[in-house]
Amino acid sequence: MVFSSFVSVTRRAALGLTVAGVAVLAAQGHAFAAPKTSVTLGMAVEPGGLDPTIGAQVMIGQVTWQNVFEGLTTIDKDGKVVPLLAESWVVSPDGLTYTFKLRQGVKFHDGEAFDSSTAKFTLDRARGADSVNPQKRYFSTIDTVETPDAATLVLKLKQPTGSLLYWLGWPASVMVAPKTADNNKVTPVGTGPFKFVSWAKGSQVELAKNADYWNKAVSVTLDKASFRFIGDAQAQAAALKAGDVDAFPEFGAPELMDSFKGDARLVTVVGNTELKVVAGMNNATKPFNDKRVRQALMMAVDRATVIEGAWSGLGTAIGSHYTPNDPGYIDLTGTWPYDVEKAKALLADAGYGNGLTFTIKAPQMAYAQRSAQILQAMFAEIGVTMNIETTEFPAKWVSDVLKAANYEMTIVAHAEPMDLDIYARDPYYFNYKNPAFNEVLQKVQETADPAEQSKLYGEAQKILADDVPSLFLFVMPKLGVWDGKLKGLWENEPIPSNVLTDVHWVE
Amino acid sequence: MITILTRRILSLIITLLAVSLLVFSVMNLLPGDPASIMLGTSASPDTLAALQKQMGLDQPLPLRYLAWLAGVLQGDLGNSYTYSVPVAGLIAERLAVTLPLALMAVVLSVAIAVPLGVTAARYRNGPVDFFVGLFSYAGIAMPGFWVGLLLILLFSSSLGWMPAGGFPGWDAGLGVGLKALLLPAVSLALAQAGVLTRVARTSVIEVMNEDFVRTARAKGLGESAALWRHAVPNALIPVVTMLGLQFTFLVAGAVLVENVFNLPGLGRLAYQALSQRDIIVMQNVVLFFAALVIIMNFLVDLAYLVIDPRLRAKAQ
Repeated sequence: MVFSSFVSVTRRAALGLTVAGVAVLAAQGHAFAAPKTSVTLGMAVEPGGLDPTIGAQVMIGQVTWQNVFEGLTTIDKDGKVVPLLAESWVVSPDGLTYTFKLRQGVKFHDGEAFDSSTAKFTLDRARGADSVNPQKRYFSTIDTVETPDAATLVLKLKQPTGSLLYWLGWPASVMVAPKTADNNKVTPVGTGPFKFVSWAKGSQVELAKNADYWNKAVSVTLDKASFRFIGDAQAQAAALKAGDVDAFPEFGAPELMDSFKGDARLVTVVGNTELKVVAGMNNATKPFNDKRVRQALMMAVDRATVIEGAWSGLGTAIGSHYTPNDPGYIDLTGTWPYDVEKAKALLADAGYGNGLTFTIKAPQMAYAQRSAQILQAMFAEIGVTMNIETTEFPAKWVSDVLKAANYEMTIVAHAEPMDLDIYARDPYYFNYKNPAFNEVLQKVQETADPAEQSKLYGEAQKILADDVPSLFLFVMPKLGVWDGKLKGLWENEPIPSNVLTDVHWVE
Repeated sequence: MITILTRRILSLIITLLAVSLLVFSVMNLLPGDPASIMLGTSASPDTLAALQKQMGLDQPLPLRYLAWLAGVLQGDLGNSYTYSVPVAGLIAERLAVTLPLALMAVVLSVAIAVPLGVTAARYRNGPVDFFVGLFSYAGIAMPGFWVGLLLILLFSSSLGWMPAGGFPGWDAGLGVGLKALLLPAVSLALAQAGVLTRVARTSVIEVMNEDFVRTARAKGLGESAALWRHAVPNALIPVVTMLGLQFTFLVAGAVLVENVFNLPGLGRLAYQALSQRDIIVMQNVVLFFAALVIIMNFLVDLAYLVIDPRLRAKAQ
């Protein structure tokens, strides 16, 4: 044994040993000081499946988008469309032909090459008759997909589609390979900087660095990333404080945010999401078919109080179905400012001077229940009685409100970014029909010029703000809580995501 | 004995069949359709129809019931709508968490309750009895998930001795696995221990007043000897009955406690499946729970035969 020779060491030797020991410790200390290369992120809800091209849940994209899967284009942290698997493109002057130059040398995680035929397969799968793509409508204007050579993809459109490049950046538009597409739900195979490793159902998904990643310009420092699913807000907080998870990019309970203040290790970051909390009304039925009623209700609402009561004051008031993240955002919260007297007068003008009674179908989520209760009190001020009926989300809400439009008022957070067009859809649960609005949105698609689009989106916002098809309340904040040494997570969320490419630890 | 067993097993099968029909009807009559939940708020009707066809939801209900039943009999529970993996495997994975958790809670609650209950009975109406009573009422009054939160605050957040939740899997080692289950098991066990302590105390007091115990004391046996040798064994039947009933409560209580501790157990699977309308998982999990309750009752009946020689004689 090595140690037996030290049994009768002299004092001096013992000293030497101590010094050596300190040196060893110091060396170890240094080894520990090297930045960590693994991260554990917490998420509130486990996705059902890991294929964003066949499921709508935002959680699917929050695990896989830009980590495992990549699209032809992508959306950066400022919400801008940037090239990814397509390195450049040319749009014909009539806006009907898109010619993409694809990156070469891109491989899927199983070694399969990505080229124009893969891109064609993906798009045809998404827009085909059997497609179960949740955003299938976004591919509906594509007429033909042509592949003149392996590095060129040509999309011919039936009509100009100004949002096409943006939509191609969505999780539902990521590139998948013919061989592996059917299994992506359970074992996703993409082209991204991270490979899927395992999924312990009910517990966590593990990803590992893709050593053969095509983009040598980015340096991914993480070797391993885990997404851990913790539903209960108290359990989320406990996991953060105990260090079981390094970050909760979307912490679920604003009322617990203050509890992290005493923890020097953790930082809290309040950013923006695309989650628009709106109280939709059935515009086809009485009394909501009269826009004066809708406007009066909007004037009865003090948004600041709603945000304070429902989400601890964290959140941004909105005046239409659009967030400050989005291009061409205009603050329209002043269109129908909070004014009880004017609201009463307008209501009387519409023939409801003696009051009005209706029911809101509010999902069980905290934000919806709390907002509904505050709205109830505010409406009472102008003589309106609102009954609250709790409606289970998603199951019952989807079948009653979304599909059957069997409701008077409801409240829900719309997660899809830039989904202003839901007010132009027929059928859609608002039953809002305004040809002028539809025309503006049509013009957005007819131009590919971002400045022109922003201007048109401004007009669209104004129409909605004035018509009040829904009571526009607030945008949910992105409540990030993470270890202060962890850098590179997105603070805002122009699209639901947890992009890990730049995530790293510092000392 | 054999006839009793045959009759019990027959009724067990009939009950399970009835339960399966009930479960299937309820699950499929629930509002909400799994396909539209998966596709979210933007899907168009033709996409929805395509997915429903893919999931077999366009088939008539009786056909789906028979197909499910035939599958179950062959050990094929079908594929989960959300996870796309066989349900049998999912249940087995989750059972590897929930079963040890429930067993640990049972062992803990018995280990706490029997000594406490017997001691309280021995020194009834004294200060010991009072404090035991206080403990058991507190145990019954505090919901398991709340105890769980308190335990997390103390042992994970403040002291940092225990993980705040989650389960590393049995691959990480038996010790690590048991450690992850300890706090949840304690939160489940406290309420059970409270009830069991009361039952044990009452039952022991009752038996202590019986003639045979008085005879034993008259023969010159000490209080403790009479208690442990004569009273306790005879007082166990109500305790075992309660234990059998409570095992099913434990599994149900696990739904909440598993959520607090973020354990990937059967309870959380049921909870998630319900909110996602993963009907096929729900059907099987509820059927499994029902089978568990029915089988537990069967086992409790068998346990009576083991504990009580008189019942054994009657059965023969």
